[in-house]
Amino acid sequence: MAKQILLEVVTPDKLLLSKEVDVVVAASVDGEFGVLAGHVPFLASLAIGEMRYRVGNQTDYAAISGGFAEVTGEKVTILAEAAELAREIDLDRAQRARERAQKRMAQAQAEQLDYVRAETALRRAMLRLKVAGRTQAV
Amino acid sequence: MAALRDIQNKISAVKKTRQITRAMNMVAAARLRQVQERTERFRPYAEKFSEVLSSLSEGMDPEAHPLLAQPENVERVGLILITADRGLCGSFNMNLILKGQQFLTEKKAAGQEAALYAVGRKGVDYFRRRKVEFAKIMPGVMNVVDFDLATEVARLGLNAFLSGEVQEVYLLYSRFISLVSQVPTLEKLLPISAQAAEPGEEAGPKLEYLTEPSAAEILVDLLPRYLNVRVYSGLLETSTSENGARMAAMDNATRNCKEMINNLTLAFNKARQAAITTELMDIVGGAEALKAG
Repeated sequence: MAKQILLEVVTPDKLLLSKEVDVVVAASVDGEFGVLAGHVPFLASLAIGEMRYRVGNQTDYAAISGGFAEVTGEKVTILAEAAELAREIDLDRAQRARERAQKRMAQAQAEQLDYVRAETALRRAMLRLKVAGRTQAV
Repeated sequence: MAALRDIQNKISAVKKTRQITRAMNMVAAARLRQVQERTERFRPYAEKFSEVLSSLSEGMDPEAHPLLAQPENVERVGLILITADRGLCGSFNMNLILKGQQFLTEKKAAGQEAALYAVGRKGVDYFRRRKVEFAKIMPGVMNVVDFDLATEVARLGLNAFLSGEVQEVYLLYSRFISLVSQVPTLEKLLPISAQAAEPGEEAGPKLEYLTEPSAAEILVDLLPRYLNVRVYSGLLETSTSENGARMAAMDNATRNCKEMINNLTLAFNKARQAAITTELMDIVGGAEALKAG
């Protein structure tokens, strides 16, 4: 059995996840990266994106709404202002958030700041839906 | 007889008050526990955050980021004042407000203008009565302190700073020392000072990180988030302090009620005894008069 690496997902509200895993894949602002045990120290800024981790044959997903990741040889720490495990995502809420964000984007064309904010909200909502969909497919 | 009834009414009124203060004390205690739990859960995030920040900011040029740049002359400062929404917690709100007032006066004396951001209803009420202008008010938000609120508050300061409206931003909150001691604390939020980003007691060996994207770019992403962390811990501390102060105040009130009830009961008994004695005197007096007749 290959060596495992400790994955910790920390949000301001709680320690979301702390688990020994085989591999972690997360989305940095420059693209996806994967981490195995013994990775060199690494620091990345995370985009609004999906994170997945594999233990044995089991792959699980989580939605990360931006933040950053710190990797040392034996540990990956993901600091995110908001993060949810796939099975904990509230589908209804995400769907409502998506509709709200779309409506707001349509209205906010003029004001740039609002537009950007609504777009970010939309990206988050879409991500949640996507990640939640992953578990249902399995 | 009238006096007796009066005292009795008073006793039952004080008893009711005591019931209320006791209940409020218990509510405050429960809320205090809740907030403390939140603080506990936030701690790993905050610790990890400053750890990463300090290892990144090492060897960084302070001019590298607008949030780090020290202003040349300060004409206008922003003050974020956090108070509670509700009273009945002793001098808690007043301590914060007075400190804020003092800050504003000092800045005025130094020839600087100040923009006031008031979070929490009590601060808003006070300064509104004194016709102080607000840059932004957020009353009624201290009931549920969460990270979204912190983000919102931090964004106010950040926007004002980046747009050049203000050259410095301060945060005034209440630091929780113990149940009986909460200290209003003023901290400079922006520009971020280099020392604030580097906790001194860090002893562990520093790791050389590979970064993606570059360290400077990560820092750009990190620093605004650092503000959120600072504001959130300020909000949490204030909320903890508020409930601590309310617990102490209500405890005191309950004790005072008890004392009043004791005194009133004593007065009641004395009055009753006096009434009985007078009545006896009357009867005895009447009997004597009959006998004499």
